[in-house]
Amino acid sequence: MSKPVKTQPAIGDRIVHKVFPPISRHTLVLYCGASGDHNPIHVDLDFAKAAGYPDVFTHGMLVMGYLGQALTDAVPPPRLRMFSTRFVAITQLGARLTCEGHVSELVEHDGERCAKLALTTKDENGDLKLAGEAVIAL
Amino acid sequence: MIAPSLIGHSLSPVTAHVEPGRLRYFRETLGETNPVYGDVKAAQAAGYAATPVPPTYLFCLEMMDAEQAFEFITVIGVDIGRLLHGEQRFTYRAPVVVGDTLKFQPRIVSVADKKGGAMTLVGIETKVTNQNGTHVADVSRTVVVLNPKTA
Repeated sequence: MSKPVKTQPAIGDRIVHKVFPPISRHTLVLYCGASGDHNPIHVDLDFAKAAGYPDVFTHGMLVMGYLGQALTDAVPPPRLRMFSTRFVAITQLGARLTCEGHVSELVEHDGERCAKLALTTKDENGDLKLAGEAVIAL
Repeated sequence: MIAPSLIGHSLSPVTAHVEPGRLRYFRETLGETNPVYGDVKAAQAAGYAATPVPPTYLFCLEMMDAEQAFEFITVIGVDIGRLLHGEQRFTYRAPVVVGDTLKFQPRIVSVADKKGGAMTLVGIETKVTNQNGTHVADVSRTVVVLNPKTA
């Protein structure tokens, strides 16, 4: 687990960093049940091929789940005000993901002192999968 | 072609229960071991009445307890194999913990063609309230529909 976020972070500080194990077919099947997202494209190879994909691929929300885990390893959940992401590219099977977050801005948000974090999730080749943002109370 | 007249269309509300067993299954799937999510004492020390949900779990609850998990696909009239997730946002307003009963009220807020009609972005925003009527969160997503090539 990362060390707890300082109450006076500086712009550019990296406060989120976590590496996850490779994504397996088993993980995708478990996530299908755990999340309620039963879209067959993530677990049924026949369906994925018929839809024009070479293989099944990771649920975007599983990847965002990992990013959220990395985030609240570093930031106590009660401090989280907003968490968003753009799904930049499909995450393939076997991807080993690294989630990071840097302080991008110090802001007032509904009368509270907050920091904005710029978040990324990249695979083992450094390819960007998720580009996100969080607002945390300081 | 997805009709822009769908903007403002409300989807069926969903009532969802934050159940400890399926929440544990979610944590185990993600390898989530942070005690604040799994240990009541750690959650209480962090200021919660009970163990809270991880940051993306509201998205799951809405799908799990919907009568039709992919109702919006039927409403917009596309095949599920043509969807991708474009963007996702959670705004947190109050704690959500095990034992809560949540009401999700989704509606379509945008429909926009991109890349010369090759794709259509559909925005859905969902207000989430709890059993006390407290507005606990807003969840919004953008779904990418890959349109079939027209001859």
